[in-house]
Amino acid sequence: MSWPSGKNNVLPGFTPALGYTVFYLSLIVLIPLSALFFKTATLTWEQFVAAVSAPRVLASYRVTFGSSLAAALVNAFFGVLVAWVLVRYRFPGKKLIDALVDLPFALPTAVAGITLASIYSPNGWLGRYLEPHGIKVAFTPLGIAIAMVFIGLPFVVRTVQPVLEELDQEIEEAASCLGANRWQIFSRVIFPTMLPAILTGFALSFARAVGEYGSVIFIAGNMPMVSEITPLLIITKLEQYDYAGATAIATVMLVVSFLLLLCINVLQKWSRRFAE
Amino acid sequence: MSIDIEGVSKTFGGFAALSDVSLKVPSGELVALLGPSGSGKTSLLRIIAGLETPDSGRILFNGVEATKRQVQERQVGFVFQHYALFRHMTVFENIAFGLTVKPRKERPGKKEIRDKVLTLLKLIQLEQLADRYPAQLSGGQRQRVALARALAVEPQVLLLDEPFGALDAKVRVELRRWLRRLHDEIHVTSVFVTHDQEEALEVADRIVVMNQGRIEQQGTPSEVYDRPATPFVFDFLGNVNLFQGRAHKGTVQMGGVSLSSPEHASANDAPAVGYVRSHDIAIERESTDPGSMQAQVRYLLSVGPLVRVDLTLPEGDRTIEVDLPREEADRLQLTIGEKVYARARKMRVFVDDYQI
Repeated sequence: MSWPSGKNNVLPGFTPALGYTVFYLSLIVLIPLSALFFKTATLTWEQFVAAVSAPRVLASYRVTFGSSLAAALVNAFFGVLVAWVLVRYRFPGKKLIDALVDLPFALPTAVAGITLASIYSPNGWLGRYLEPHGIKVAFTPLGIAIAMVFIGLPFVVRTVQPVLEELDQEIEEAASCLGANRWQIFSRVIFPTMLPAILTGFALSFARAVGEYGSVIFIAGNMPMVSEITPLLIITKLEQYDYAGATAIATVMLVVSFLLLLCINVLQKWSRRFAE
Repeated sequence: MSIDIEGVSKTFGGFAALSDVSLKVPSGELVALLGPSGSGKTSLLRIIAGLETPDSGRILFNGVEATKRQVQERQVGFVFQHYALFRHMTVFENIAFGLTVKPRKERPGKKEIRDKVLTLLKLIQLEQLADRYPAQLSGGQRQRVALARALAVEPQVLLLDEPFGALDAKVRVELRRWLRRLHDEIHVTSVFVTHDQEEALEVADRIVVMNQGRIEQQGTPSEVYDRPATPFVFDFLGNVNLFQGRAHKGTVQMGGVSLSSPEHASANDAPAVGYVRSHDIAIERESTDPGSMQAQVRYLLSVGPLVRVDLTLPEGDRTIEVDLPREEADRLQLTIGEKVYARARKMRVFVDDYQI
């Protein structure tokens, strides 16, 4: 591949366009992120290790990444189900349900948090029926996961939906002519086609859940070692004027999120190996 | 396996795709369903496959009713216009699909499946491409894979829906000849849908011409081409010129020319249309026959084995198309604007009998 030069390119303005892109990305993404590393670098290595591996911090990683993973898995399953129903069936109110899926995108996260907390609290609408059965939702990691499921759902639905819509009916007809039953058509023909989209939705939902703050803190109860999420811990450190400590934890989150997304991208590339 | 279609009708939201169609396909034959788009040919094919259910009528396989049978139980191989390959599977996996989804009791072993797929790959001449994905193949290769995939389950009937429709002209001709040779080898009862008359004439044992949800005519390629039963069939197969006129008691008056037409002896001053194929018109310098019409050469196109001549007739400034063999054109040395005589060597006259 040759380097596209300004002279013989059909689209004019390659140089200013690239320049603008690099400048914009630096301003919005690279400079703030590098500032994070610079601030963290004011700590010595021992101080850094101590800051990011304190028992309370480690517990918060477990809560954050564990709940996010659980929420993303739940969303990957139910999101596909919702997308499937919205694409495959016709029923009254379909447009309304389709619009409802976007609500977690649009709703301020604090509103979602307060709503969920009041519903699942021990005397809330749902909480009062769950409590006698020994199921505690509010102020536990379970509540955190529920808030994360709520905010992550649209990511899976909206990535899987277009793929399902584009799925050619002839592919299924071909499979049934070859003797495949409904389950075989789904598991061997439709599902593999959807898999890259499901992985994308899963990754987006997971990333969103890891970074979620507003809707989680209300329902989490924020008990150290039990239901304290890492973003809250960062805020706590900031409020105690421990800026370097806060950025140290933030750096760890950044690196872990980056690695996870990298893994999922590799997985995605593998699942798209046929589309050349 | 023979297929009997008895009185099949199908409507799609008020549009009659098929009305009372009956057809017999004898075992081992290669039949073409030929017609313009919207003539119901694809609907008929999909009903045979079980992908659509008819509103009324029956489908019999080997004399046994199959109308209610599920697609999976019909043992039909279906080839789609746009291939419908599974794009996440390799060529090998695509061809093996039908064998691997069989119930465990009937499923052949890994080695048998492998042998079978390799044999089919050899048959379609794509042995080297077993590990490629469909996206990496050309259109012609994809359609051959689709055909091998359909043949892997040893279907009783092979159904092809415009199988060469999405391919470019040269590949299309190669592939249809290959299909004909393949059919001569394996003799599976086959029905294929096409709107290309040339394709149907070249490949099929028998042609079924369809129009507006009905069968216009069926017969061998030479039967439908040489003895079209209806004006539609005449018009649809090959290049044709129309002459409007009137038929009265066995003679037809057309553009100042009188022709005898004994089959219309009962016609009483009825409107008639004469159909003449473009290669059934002779061009002469002198009038040798009372049926000759005066005409003027308007346009000449001398490319390929035939020379196309457009002639303008004096009455109504009409243009007719003539295909001359090359030697004939070389002998005549026509020039544009020249006055000549045109004579129909063969004309088929259709009279609108119901108008009195």
